[in-house]
Amino acid sequence: MMVHDTRDIVACFRLQRRGFGLDVDLRLPGRGVSVLYGASGSGKTTLLRCMAGLERATGRFEIAAQVWQDDRVRRFLPPHRRALGYVFQEPSLFAHLDVLHNIEYGLRRSERPHDRSRLDQAVAMLGIGALLRRWPAQLSGGEQQRVGMARALASWPRLLLMDEPLAALDEARKSEILPYLDTLHRELAIPVVYVSHAADEVARLADHVVLLDGGRVRASGPVAEIFSRTDLALAQRDEAGAVIDACVETHDARWHLSGLRCPAGLLWVRQLEVPPGTPVRARIAARDVSLALQGPRDTSILNSLPARVCSLVADVHPSQVLVQLDAAGVLLLARITRRSLDALALVPGMQVWAQVKSVAVPR
Amino acid sequence: MLPVPTFDAEDWAAVGLTVRLATVTTLLLLLLGTPLAWWLARSRSRLAALVGTLVTLPLVLPPSVLGFYLLLMLAPQGPLGQFVHELGGEAMPFTFSGLVAGSMVYSLPFVVQPLRTALAGLGERPFEVAATLRATPLDRFFSVALPSARQGVLNATVLGFAHTVGEFGVVLMIGGNIPGRTQVLSLRIYEHVEAMEYAQAGWLAGGMLAFSFVVLLLLHARGKPALAG
Repeated sequence: MMVHDTRDIVACFRLQRRGFGLDVDLRLPGRGVSVLYGASGSGKTTLLRCMAGLERATGRFEIAAQVWQDDRVRRFLPPHRRALGYVFQEPSLFAHLDVLHNIEYGLRRSERPHDRSRLDQAVAMLGIGALLRRWPAQLSGGEQQRVGMARALASWPRLLLMDEPLAALDEARKSEILPYLDTLHRELAIPVVYVSHAADEVARLADHVVLLDGGRVRASGPVAEIFSRTDLALAQRDEAGAVIDACVETHDARWHLSGLRCPAGLLWVRQLEVPPGTPVRARIAARDVSLALQGPRDTSILNSLPARVCSLVADVHPSQVLVQLDAAGVLLLARITRRSLDALALVPGMQVWAQVKSVAVPR
Repeated sequence: MLPVPTFDAEDWAAVGLTVRLATVTTLLLLLLGTPLAWWLARSRSRLAALVGTLVTLPLVLPPSVLGFYLLLMLAPQGPLGQFVHELGGEAMPFTFSGLVAGSMVYSLPFVVQPLRTALAGLGERPFEVAATLRATPLDRFFSVALPSARQGVLNATVLGFAHTVGEFGVVLMIGGNIPGRTQVLSLRIYEHVEAMEYAQAGWLAGGMLAFSFVVLLLLHARGKPALAG
């Protein structure tokens, strides 16, 4: 089934605390961003701390064929012997060091203490070049968190662990940092494990999603698959919908629109300020998709995609159903009423037109 | 106003000895007290609770009681005295090293307590951060704990020094008030008073009052309560 790459991350942990247990057996891709997603108390942070060695669970942890923990052979590397970067939920800069010395702290203790290329790259990617001589107390929360990320990256990690780095920030600060996270996502060669409980963040950043519930893995897979599955708790929420990797193909200056190319066809969205060829991630919420038996005619809807009905499941409210659709390999969700379901006589395998009212491209 | 008296050689010897004693004692206490405070701040064991209590004992014991036990222990036939003798050291009572040993016990809580409070106040997070940045436990102590707790180190230094300068009962018991050898300033003042030399006593006492006041004023000016917690 799955081809196991030797660069994969293997995480098997078992931990019993009063009132909480963690029991996971995971394999994560050795590249891209894996998001640990779940409600608070689901064990996301504990799992991340186990990976760092900050929490002592029994089990095994392996990254790129390096074994950091394996209790069968009594091997447990303490955190300071693991080449990892960790970004904590609240900014945790050393108050007695200025920004530059904070960033150099990890570099000086890394395997390549004199190679400043990664530090320079991190400073540029996170846009903190002008802050290097400042003190942590003089920075905003968002700036502190960016410095924290640069500090983690400068230490030549093989794995970057991020524990809800945006959770302690207000909306304005969040939108200030998110573009930098996009940059990290695009340019970073090392795998990232990112903890989040915000669907927006997951849809924007994740390549791979691990859904956690009560210290156990409910589902683990590529983001598009997880978000469009109808059998997960995720689908029952308002944010249920499809996540689509697309590429900006063209701009239509006259109507201020951009055309995004994905396997299902061309999606028109409000004009994006990026050059053609830029990869973007689009979200289509289930509530924004309606279904028709005929192709688009005399309609204000711009985006209509031919699709096949895969499955139908009951939604939270008895008046509604969730329909999973396959549009040339792109999985979509549509939330429609039972009455419409009946009127259209929808059954799995049927060809329909998915009319998309709105496509969101998080920016 | 008291007339300015002429200080004799013994007065100056007492001042010099006091400064030397306080300096040596404070340095040794910082050296030994910092790891002890580190352990007390981070350990949750019962032993730590017990040791923590022992450390604060000199705060409440009369100095004469403290000095009495120290004298017994350090005497050539006492348990510590025999140990010192086997190491080839001279008997400690009535010597400078005896004074240092006594002062260290006497001033121990004044050094350990501020350090412990400052270190405990740092919490676990900075050390976790340092660990994920490849700092070994010892490295974390020197690169994170000490610089972050520098206000506590300063408080401990000042209080340890000032408190040692001000001791009386312990140094009397263990030092024996030998002019030029173990006679510190507080003992010298006492001797002047006994000899009805109020002018000398007054000026020396006034000097100590001014010294203590300035030290505490400097600590308060920095805005941190020196003995909190």
